[in-house]
Amino acid sequence: MLTRLGPVLAIGLLTAPVAFGLAGTILPAFGFLPALGGTGFSLAPLMALAGEPAIVYSALMSLVTGLVTTLVSLGVVMLFTAAWSGTRAFARVQHLISPLLSVPHAAAAFALAFLIAPSGLLARMISPELTGWHRPPDLLVVHDPMGLAMMAGLVVKEIPFLLLVTLAALPQVHPARTRALIAAMGYGRIGGFVFGLWPQIYPQIRLPVFAVIAFATSVVDVAAILGPTTPPPLAVRLVGWMNDPDLSMRFLASAGALLQLAVTAAAIGIWIVLEKLTARLRERCACAGLRLRGDAPVRWTAFGLMLLSALTIFAGLATLALWSFAGLWQFPDALPASFELRNWARVLPHLLDPLLTTLIVGLVSTAVATAIAILCLAREDEMGRPPGRGALRLIYLPLIVPQVAFLFGLQLLFILIGSVATMTALILAHLVFVLPYAYLCLKDPWRAFDRRYDQLAAGLGKAAWRRFLLIRLPMMTRPVLTVAAIGFSVSIGLYLPTLLIGAGRLTTVTTEAVALASGGNRRVIGIYAFLQMMLPAIGFAVATLVPALIFRRHRDMQV
Amino acid sequence: MNSRLTEAGLFLDRVTIALDGREIVTLTRRVAPGAVLTVMGPSGAGKSTLLAYVGGFLDPAFTASGRAYVDDVEITALKPEARHMGILFQDPLLFPHMSVGGNLMFALPQEVRGRRARRERMCRALEGVGLAGLEERDPATLSGGQKARVALARVLASAPRALLLDEPFSKLDAALRAQMRELVFAKARESGLPVLLVTHDVADAQAAGGDIVEIGG
Amino acid sequence: MRRTVLSLALMALGAVPALADAMNPDPRKWDEVLAGARGETVYFNAWGGSQNINAYIDWAGGELMQRYGVTLKHVKLEDTATAVTTVVAEKAAGRDTAGTVDLIWINGENFAAMKRQGLIMAPGWAEELPNWSYVDVENKPTIRTDFTIPVDGLESPWGMAKLVFFYDSARTDADALPQDADGLLEWAKANPGRFSYPQPPDFIGSSFLKQVLAEKIADRTLLQQPVDEASFDAVTKPLFDYLDALNPLMWRSGRAYPQNYPAMKQLLADAELDIIFAFNPAEASSAVANGELPDTVRSFTFPGGTLANTHFLTIPYNAAAKAGALVAANFLLSPEAQARKQDPAIWGDPTVLALGKLDADDRARFDAIDLGVATLRPDELGPALDEPHPSWMERIETEWKRRYGVAN
Repeated sequence: MLTRLGPVLAIGLLTAPVAFGLAGTILPAFGFLPALGGTGFSLAPLMALAGEPAIVYSALMSLVTGLVTTLVSLGVVMLFTAAWSGTRAFARVQHLISPLLSVPHAAAAFALAFLIAPSGLLARMISPELTGWHRPPDLLVVHDPMGLAMMAGLVVKEIPFLLLVTLAALPQVHPARTRALIAAMGYGRIGGFVFGLWPQIYPQIRLPVFAVIAFATSVVDVAAILGPTTPPPLAVRLVGWMNDPDLSMRFLASAGALLQLAVTAAAIGIWIVLEKLTARLRERCACAGLRLRGDAPVRWTAFGLMLLSALTIFAGLATLALWSFAGLWQFPDALPASFELRNWARVLPHLLDPLLTTLIVGLVSTAVATAIAILCLAREDEMGRPPGRGALRLIYLPLIVPQVAFLFGLQLLFILIGSVATMTALILAHLVFVLPYAYLCLKDPWRAFDRRYDQLAAGLGKAAWRRFLLIRLPMMTRPVLTVAAIGFSVSIGLYLPTLLIGAGRLTTVTTEAVALASGGNRRVIGIYAFLQMMLPAIGFAVATLVPALIFRRHRDMQV
Repeated sequence: MNSRLTEAGLFLDRVTIALDGREIVTLTRRVAPGAVLTVMGPSGAGKSTLLAYVGGFLDPAFTASGRAYVDDVEITALKPEARHMGILFQDPLLFPHMSVGGNLMFALPQEVRGRRARRERMCRALEGVGLAGLEERDPATLSGGQKARVALARVLASAPRALLLDEPFSKLDAALRAQMRELVFAKARESGLPVLLVTHDVADAQAAGGDIVEIGG
Repeated sequence: MRRTVLSLALMALGAVPALADAMNPDPRKWDEVLAGARGETVYFNAWGGSQNINAYIDWAGGELMQRYGVTLKHVKLEDTATAVTTVVAEKAAGRDTAGTVDLIWINGENFAAMKRQGLIMAPGWAEELPNWSYVDVENKPTIRTDFTIPVDGLESPWGMAKLVFFYDSARTDADALPQDADGLLEWAKANPGRFSYPQPPDFIGSSFLKQVLAEKIADRTLLQQPVDEASFDAVTKPLFDYLDALNPLMWRSGRAYPQNYPAMKQLLADAELDIIFAFNPAEASSAVANGELPDTVRSFTFPGGTLANTHFLTIPYNAAAKAGALVAANFLLSPEAQARKQDPAIWGDPTVLALGKLDADDRARFDAIDLGVATLRPDELGPALDEPHPSWMERIETEWKRRYGVAN
């Protein structure tokens, strides 16, 4: 049976690259890499790592970034959901935030940088009238040593992600009924939610939260665009060592990747301790019967923060678009002196190759991932049960192991078998990240399908494959296309996998944009970031419009 | 044993269904063509599980023993699609991505060949439930009663060997319910189909007029 | 032994053609080179951080395809070292033919590293290229000596570079501009936060360090020798004393640095910086032409001299498309390509050719170029300081990183 292949392919595609990649990273970290003359084991790479200036500072910064980012974004999401879920304002903000999920991290980071830099749009809007600034103030706002800009950039991107996973978990705990019940006991909105609903929701979103910690502790693109530079966070330094002309630096890079693994593990460990502490605190408050009714300031703060994070990205993206058409635009002018198409005309010819690669890799990896996810779910239908918790953890593996920690080894593997920078290798690398999202996003709508349709069709004498092709798939058109759009946006946003496996020869819109970031040419960055944002948006538009068009005469197939 | 071989209809021979070693249904019954066997019992007693067993889509969590026959043919080991058990659920479950006519055409057996012949059969099936001319309509635009009729027409169009009814009237309002009962049982008799009806409504059982089996409780 | 097993395995997998020893094309038999090049794809590894340059390379690719049937693919690098890494990795993996890098934009330490490790197509081929006859070997000594390393025909000259400073005359008083490194420090005291340099190891940033070193070192001839570890601290003390004084007076108080020249250019446009510098005298005019800088930007240099060098193209020993790479290098050396490159509206990179060696038509191409208001005339560029031996750059970069790169 074809469906039997589903789980095998999924598990193989997710675990094999991670396992081989980790091996390819860990062995060189202990001096073993025969191709470079490392035939024995030694602690020399780790010693060299310890001798790197300020390595502890870099590692700590990564650790703190991961924890603070997760804490702030989860806090905002929790408070906002607590205070506003079920209201019309909540629905509005949810609609505002959802599209932000598809904005690649790099584009969001650029958006923030263009907004808050001393010469950014915010300063231009209020200068010189309010500030008296005729030239940008000498303030270290972006690339600040504390990493605040970097954390802000991560927070505005993780909020939409965590909000959407929370929303997916919400219906299973019957929020309306439970809220009414708790309110009847006299609890405030936020307190009631935190005591009564959050403990049921949190276990369901715990793995995504871990994924956020892992991502934020090891992020490269956002850190390069917004993060400190003297010294940069750990992952950025690793990639630097990786690209050093002195190949023996690979040993150091591998040792660093091992440290990265430890940093991420430590962050998750600290988080688990925090979970325990806050759970105990919550229980104590709940047992004390604290009603927490005067929560209006917190409610409005949560609302304000949520709105701020969304508007920041939108305003930043608008600034990016503005820059892409800007002629000379001097400080403190709020608008460019002229608008021109020259920037686009200049960049477009160079865009074709990366754009083509982006589309091919995105579409193929998404198609394969969606197909495998469907096979897995169809297999579950046959088996009559969802996979155990263990299998689910495996699906999260590529999202929780820091990318740098296994991509180094994976790149080495591809180099050794001579297939680095081939389309196949790149698609495979993207698949590792697209597949988890495809599976996780498809499973709920897939399982929500009313199985009686299938039984009915069987009663009408239709074989399994016809039922699948003529009933199940058409009825699942909308969720399948939505999942494909999500997968496509994940693929477009992938920076490090593309950089390392594409090895500079296969570039996508995202790697080009980050490469150009160092050049600081705002017009060109604007164009690339604008595209980065548009491609996923087009994907979602297709996912919405195509079913609407196909099923325009079938009312129950509309939204 | 031998007597069975000469008789048509649905025959359940020492059917036992268990969950985690606990027996929930045990049954040996014969349903003659055109007759109705009503299975009654409280919610969760395993009524629908029995239907799922006969239909061939029992959840793997259950274990079942015994045999089921239709018109002398054993169906116990057949795939659901090879059994030709027409099912009606409490919801009409019209395929939302097909038109009313499309739903019926989908149900017609493959043996009915040719576009024109299939269309004709489809139109006749709609006429048979008093809905002539609605074939181009989107199912979503039909009334509740119309949907129930289309669902009936659809199951009959598939030329089933028996009918499995899973509380098919429970979601209809009182007036419609009586109408539909009459229609469904009349059609079953007309086509000579053995009917297995699962319900917790005594009125259903009375209207069916056949044997009643109580399970569970 | 292990290596043998590995390469056997690689061969078995078909990753490497079994017979490795392909003959190198001979540029003296140019017709054969042209014939071999047709249909080849040349992966040109070149820094890709500037749209002007990318557009120029793109144009060259179009011409190469049309004239010689050679496909030029620009592999855009953030750092040329990446290309060197790739070749080193391929050599380590035993991939001695069909390498993935065919042509590299290179000079200085990267060239020194490749030459030292035998990673360049040999024997010397650059001086056999047909267009070599136009090259200004006589007046441009850096064409045959790259950062004190003899070129030996292992790289073909592409363009000339000289350290030049830019300022916006609408904002900054031209009379107060610094005349040397010490003057720059004084100027920074008077204008805190308005000067910076790209964070080493960025090429331009490191060049600034070398400029200061060349000015401040007691005995400049030491820079022509490899670094002597024993005396390094003493010899470079004036440089680091200078930086200790300068850094706190810089943009963001020296706690952050622009990443490279284009970032610095943007900061000049935003009025965050008042004095920036580049390795290309025409950069400012080119940026004015592109609307990136206002037309009030002007150039200046130090009367005592600034660093000057040449940048080159080279072909790795294991390149897959050697003939195609030779054709590309030769085309990029042609008067037509060089003149286009020198036009500030295109790129503005000064030519390596001697105008006196060109025929009248080709010379006219150069004469027609409008160098732009912001570009200094060749006689205003001031004396050239020699590049130090590449080991200096590596060594002061490491020292810089140790002292300032992890300041927080």
